[in-house]
Amino acid sequence: MKKFKKSLLAIAASSVMSLSAYAGEVEVLHWWTSGGEAKSVAVLKELLEKQGHTWKDFAVAGGGGESAMTVLKSRAVSGNPPSAAQIKGLDIQEWGELGFLTDLDKVAEENKWSSLMPEIVSKVMKYDDQYVAVPVNVHRVNWLWVNPEIFKKAGAKVPTTWAEFKEAAEKIKKAGFVPLAHGGQAWQDATVFESVALGVGGPEFFRKAFVEHDMKTLQSDKMVEVFEVFKSLKQYMDKDAPGRDWNIATSMVIKGEAAMQLMGDWAKGEFAAAGKKPGKDYLCVPAPGTQNSFTFNIDSFAMFNVKDPENKKAQAALAKTILEPEFQEVFNLNKGSIPVRLGMNMEKFDSCAKDSMNSFVSTSKSGGLVPSMAHGMSTTSYIQGAIFDVVSNYFNSDKITAKEATQKLAKAVKASI
Amino acid sequence: MQVVIAKTKKKPLDFIADQIPKLVLSPTILMTIVFIYGYVIWTGVLSFTKSSFLPNYKFAGTLQYEKLFENERWGVAVDNLFIFGGLFILICLALGIFMAILLDQRIRAEGAIRTVFLYPMALSFIVTGTAWKWILNPGLGLERLVKDMGFENFTFDWLINSDMAIYTLVIAAVWQSSGFVMALFLAGLRSIDSSIIKAAQIDGASLPKIYLRIILPSLRPVFFSAFIILCHIAIKSFDLVKALTNGGPGYSTDLPATFMYAFSFTRGQIGLGSASAMMMLAGVLAILIPYLYSELRGTRNA
Repeated sequence: MKKFKKSLLAIAASSVMSLSAYAGEVEVLHWWTSGGEAKSVAVLKELLEKQGHTWKDFAVAGGGGESAMTVLKSRAVSGNPPSAAQIKGLDIQEWGELGFLTDLDKVAEENKWSSLMPEIVSKVMKYDDQYVAVPVNVHRVNWLWVNPEIFKKAGAKVPTTWAEFKEAAEKIKKAGFVPLAHGGQAWQDATVFESVALGVGGPEFFRKAFVEHDMKTLQSDKMVEVFEVFKSLKQYMDKDAPGRDWNIATSMVIKGEAAMQLMGDWAKGEFAAAGKKPGKDYLCVPAPGTQNSFTFNIDSFAMFNVKDPENKKAQAALAKTILEPEFQEVFNLNKGSIPVRLGMNMEKFDSCAKDSMNSFVSTSKSGGLVPSMAHGMSTTSYIQGAIFDVVSNYFNSDKITAKEATQKLAKAVKASI
Repeated sequence: MQVVIAKTKKKPLDFIADQIPKLVLSPTILMTIVFIYGYVIWTGVLSFTKSSFLPNYKFAGTLQYEKLFENERWGVAVDNLFIFGGLFILICLALGIFMAILLDQRIRAEGAIRTVFLYPMALSFIVTGTAWKWILNPGLGLERLVKDMGFENFTFDWLINSDMAIYTLVIAAVWQSSGFVMALFLAGLRSIDSSIIKAAQIDGASLPKIYLRIILPSLRPVFFSAFIILCHIAIKSFDLVKALTNGGPGYSTDLPATFMYAFSFTRGQIGLGSASAMMMLAGVLAILIPYLYSELRGTRNA
């Protein structure tokens, strides 16, 4: 009998303990579903579960996050948003304006966020001067990924300008490889276009065209030249590119079918997942002509208004954990990006990430740091969509000249403002 | 006398029995009113507002419609609907009737053949689209196959050619739906009174003549139902485009339905998306109203 009582007590005690250990739940909407990305998000889940909170994964596939945003909108309108969602750039302002986001100032003050990240980043994370989102990482978009073995076989030199690119690509084509791996989806076309624009026109031109939407710049001869160079890349891609996902294009470079890919540094996650070493199996160099500039793409989690106090606590813990050095290091190592937190020890990072960090810091001083148009950092989704339409249609159709495309671009941007 | 009383005095159970059909149907009716007509009206209202990211109710007049007709992509989508819809309906009808007539010749293994032709209808358009995406992919499918067989110069790259990609949609859609049209016509053919045909045969009419003069004209109602069904498949086509081309290359295979989805949900231009949805509704009504009118008038005369 005594034994029975004891065991009963033990059961009661353990159930009380498990109750107290139960804390809030965070439901996190994200679109990190490819190999390297999924690995990185698992890190966050682990860290949060260590603190006793429950993680409810809400992953919606689709590289550009278009489908994820659709799901998020329907959830938000029906009054049931997740605790946190992967929202970035100017979309954060829109969600803030609609009153969906929660104020994170308390967490931010406690952890001194303002001193942790560069001002250009914290500005994006604030709505109405209050923190509503947490940055996770910084991606550099203007990278060229290179398979050095193919370059060696073809006797080509890694290009630093678009003229050199042409030279190298011709040699590679002759050697029987695909010079440039590409996935013909609108956002990927725009990613390539953006790198060409930055390389041909420079950061000042880029800012005027895609941030300020200056009509003179959008209609300038320089823009015609950008379109011409952009179209000339098509002959160096394989025929099956339309509709291909970006990570499949990356795997072409990994497998040695293609020599180069113009893609942001999330591609590095794919190289890492395939066990490739930077500097040896693959090279990362700035896209031709963009050595002194940096197109940034910052992933961030916006925090929504949640009612349950326990869930609120879990949400605050999530926000805090994201900016802590431990997560920043492990996550960015997996994802291929660089930490958004300044002054981190970069020892464990590879040469690509170190290069990226150096130029992030240096370009922010020199003025070469520009927000990515293709990844929603510089414009609203309406203008971005209008630019995508023109760019992608021009790239895929042989009927439109560069001059016409320039006129169309200016017209489309003007109509969407 | 007693009999009359028994008839007028209703039992309580009868009352319930009278009400049951209404009771059972009312949720359906309510749901139809709210979720079909209610949302049609709501979409109509939204199309006159400045709704962008989420719905709002700032009245904007016909601004969204003006924007819609200035939008080049909408023009492409509408043109594509005419190309796709026209060819799809025409080819499906022609092929369906042809196969039905062939099958009607009392051939062997008719059941098996019928199943083979009808089977694609059992697949969803997503599956059809994905399968044809592989078949038409120049590096994987048909082109590669023929090249591997030794015809080095063979090219069939419609899927990635922005001028021809719309026709790949027609191919896949016809593959899926022509069997269904065949089944409709086959049932129609079988329902024709055989004595008429026999009479014609005795009069010495040839087989093509019998089909052209007697059988096909009497299949008019079947023809109309097939036409209406194909029309609405064409106008609401969305999943096939999503799976096969995703609107690409560029936006060359956009249809009004994919346009509406892109602008309302991924571009955050709900007002413009609603306007395009209303234009689609107008398109459907333009086909449906004359049809209903002729149908209803027909029954009244009969």
